[in-house]
Amino acid sequence: MSSAAMDHGHSAGGHHTSLPIDNRKLAIWTFIGSECLFFATLISTFLIYRGQSVSGPGPKDIFEVPLVTGGTAVLLFSSFFVVMALNGAQEGNRKKLLTWLSLTVLCGMFFAGMQVYEFMHFYHLGLGYSTNLFSASFYTLTGFHGAHVTMGTLWLATLLKDAIKGNLPPEKSLNLEIAALYWHFVDVVWIIIFPVVYLMSLGN
Amino acid sequence: MAAEHAQHDEHPHASAAKYVQVAVILFVLTALEVVLYEICYGGLAPSMAGLSSQLEPWFVELLLFLSFWKFWFVAMFYMHLKFDNKVLSALFGFSLVIAFVVIVALLILFIYNRGLWWQTGQW
Amino acid sequence: MTTTVLDTEAAPARRSALVEWLTTVDHKKIGIMYGASAFIFFLIGGLEALIIRAQLTGPEGKLVSAELYNQLFTMHGTTMIFLAVMPLSAMFFNFFVPLLIGARDVAFPRLNAMSLWVFMLGGIFLNASFIFGAPNGGWFGYAPLSGREFSPGINMDFWVIGLQILGIASLAAGVNFFTTILNMRARGMTLMRMPMFAWATLITQILVLLAFPVITVALIFLMADRVFGTGFFVTAAGGDPMLWQHLFWVFGHPEVYILILPAFGIISEILPVFSRKPLFGYSAMVFSMAFIAFLGFGVWSHHMFATGMGPLADSFFSLATMLIAIPTGVKVFNWMGTVWGGSVRLATPMYFALGFIAMFVIGGLSGVMHSVAPADLQQTDSYFVVAHFHYVLFGGSIFALTAGAYYWWPKMFGRMLDEGLGKAHFWLMFLGFNLTFFPMHFAGLLGMPRRVYTYPAGLGFDIYNLMATAGAFVLMLAFLVFIWNLIKTWRGPANAPADPWGGATLEWTIPSPPQEFNFGEEPVVTGKDPVWTARRAAGVDRLPEPAHVSGKGIHMPGPSWWPLIVSVGILVFFVGFMLPKFWAFPFHPVGILGFAITTVGIFKWAYEPVDAHATHH
Repeated sequence: MSSAAMDHGHSAGGHHTSLPIDNRKLAIWTFIGSECLFFATLISTFLIYRGQSVSGPGPKDIFEVPLVTGGTAVLLFSSFFVVMALNGAQEGNRKKLLTWLSLTVLCGMFFAGMQVYEFMHFYHLGLGYSTNLFSASFYTLTGFHGAHVTMGTLWLATLLKDAIKGNLPPEKSLNLEIAALYWHFVDVVWIIIFPVVYLMSLGN
Repeated sequence: MAAEHAQHDEHPHASAAKYVQVAVILFVLTALEVVLYEICYGGLAPSMAGLSSQLEPWFVELLLFLSFWKFWFVAMFYMHLKFDNKVLSALFGFSLVIAFVVIVALLILFIYNRGLWWQTGQW
Repeated sequence: MTTTVLDTEAAPARRSALVEWLTTVDHKKIGIMYGASAFIFFLIGGLEALIIRAQLTGPEGKLVSAELYNQLFTMHGTTMIFLAVMPLSAMFFNFFVPLLIGARDVAFPRLNAMSLWVFMLGGIFLNASFIFGAPNGGWFGYAPLSGREFSPGINMDFWVIGLQILGIASLAAGVNFFTTILNMRARGMTLMRMPMFAWATLITQILVLLAFPVITVALIFLMADRVFGTGFFVTAAGGDPMLWQHLFWVFGHPEVYILILPAFGIISEILPVFSRKPLFGYSAMVFSMAFIAFLGFGVWSHHMFATGMGPLADSFFSLATMLIAIPTGVKVFNWMGTVWGGSVRLATPMYFALGFIAMFVIGGLSGVMHSVAPADLQQTDSYFVVAHFHYVLFGGSIFALTAGAYYWWPKMFGRMLDEGLGKAHFWLMFLGFNLTFFPMHFAGLLGMPRRVYTYPAGLGFDIYNLMATAGAFVLMLAFLVFIWNLIKTWRGPANAPADPWGGATLEWTIPSPPQEFNFGEEPVVTGKDPVWTARRAAGVDRLPEPAHVSGKGIHMPGPSWWPLIVSVGILVFFVGFMLPKFWAFPFHPVGILGFAITTVGIFKWAYEPVDAHATHH
């Protein structure tokens, strides 16, 4: 999405937009709307297959609340960090932008690392991708979420590189805004996954 | 037509202070989720048996309630839907409605097929 | 994004025609390529249908084996839906939506090019399967039949991966056209002044955006079952094949509206022009279309009445399905109201548009019959259903797309299609279509199941099948006439004026074919049917023929290689899933290569410097 061009935005060619929204911002929101159905299907499947596995291990054998709570907190903080970075970008405050954006990228890397560690840990406990229905639906759901986190981290890291080079002035802050919107969406998906997948699976 | 083709909004956003407040709220709500789990099923359950037995029947509902508000705060403030063009809210809201309808319909269809969950009480 | 300042005076053509088309980001060229490739796929799908019909001419047919027959009907369905009707609609979206709303291009021209290339490569990939063994599990790939246990070959891998690739093209186009229509309208063109085809496109894109993610996920599950041995749809592992059916139809029902809504839009453009009368009940048309789309997400299980969902689900989906008849009826009556009392001119596009209404109503009525769950238990999986969906897909979509082709061909290529051949095409198609599909109703009610490669004599099916086969060859003749019409007029002079039909919408105000930048001066709109408004204001019967303008100073996006490169990367990445295990690699290195190409391509695309290809043409 970062690549989406804006030849006809108000900045280029003098073409107006019908709504007072930039094309790219409208597009990322459209994409986010579409992604809602993507994750809805994954979450539905996870719930439908709750307790339907014919063999173990199940969620209660492997989930660990402290680890995933740590990951959750980091992802939530990163949402906060990226709005602060955007704030800095819009104000043209280079130091603020660089500080908060670096922290966001670090959070993204930490979360992705947490997930890699978690998957490896589960794998050692005997939960391979095709072990049972729980493992397949769990890994597919959280794996695709993790892929989104990774893509978002890459995107934000690219913008960080731009910012370091001084290529993210206030008039280009929209570049960061649309990346941040995607990042927040990935975060709200986790806001649902954390209780629905982890906590509810551990409860009855 | 001037109104419809107005200039783009200048960075619809809240103040940094607001962002900090929202971050605190999100953090508290997440902590509540974990504490709720610990009281109902986790390490706190034995020592708080009374509260645990009261909260446990509502565990799922309470969790969904807490995460709804987390979702709402991120969408409204961090994704600035509260300050941004209403078209974007409509776009996101409509997608969420369809997503929600699909989730609920699928759950009903499958749970119904597994034998009348309102009778067995079993998900 | 590269920007090219058009400068037609100093125009040294430095790029060969091939490079020009491979790197183009012009929505009109992209539309033409969509149309050309989709038409070829349509002919391939038609050829498959002809072999199917030849096999079924009489009882105990021996032309093809059961296995080949399975491949033929699977590829026929898959091709016609994903490689013919959808991209033929996409041809009109691409070429005409920017023109109808008065824009110079779509919102994201390079993304548009990527949609085209991903679609085209995906289509070629799917059809290449005939070399290795084509998909043979039906166009809805029901699990567990489509799983590894019952489809061990490479056949269904082609289907799963091919559809996954095509989904990417559709989603990218969905984002693009949704943004384009909401944000790129000419000054003064409010939503409720938009031409009906723009509305149809907008609503279709909403369906694409919300329905395709569901099939994407379902295909991911099926692919995981097939490639990584998971048990999503494997009963032995606790998996539920019903989940596939539900997910497929959560997508599949909106998908059939994705196939028909553009047809509604085309018909709603043509009828007013050839009745010389504005569309009857414009806002009712908009709201009924939106209502159909919305309900489309709540009716999917009517494809599954025979699976035993229980009375609650059956009743709900029956009622929701019947509800759809209301907005659809509103549309049919409004089309008739448009023609009623107009000064009707029976040119070829109008023939096809009127044919559409009649045929679509027949298909719609048998659709309402299916909504009655007990009746559907008798009809499901019989030739009655085959008759029904061909009446809406062929009698509906293909009639409308053909109408659109005759209507807009002059604008696309600057040549009028031959009226005599056009009418011959219509009558052959009309007769051939009804001869093919009407008898199928009877065969189905007599109990002939769909997807059987042969049938015994004496069950009463023989005469209906013979009629259907005869009809299919008449249909072939009809399309040969069409092709001859295209060839004949292509060789003839460029004779189309800017506005051959007395049209109402903005595309008729510019030369045929349009110049690269569409509008020399960006149009301003003051109401619906802007050309008619302008004609009335000027008190003339036709606006003067627009002159070609130099376009000096108009900034148009420059060409780019990256959409094509990224598309190739996506194809190669997906091919990695169907290659056998390679040494110690968890994922085939070819797939990794594809991923690398895609990633590098996207970065290069994002950072493509302005004026990298500043050709002044």
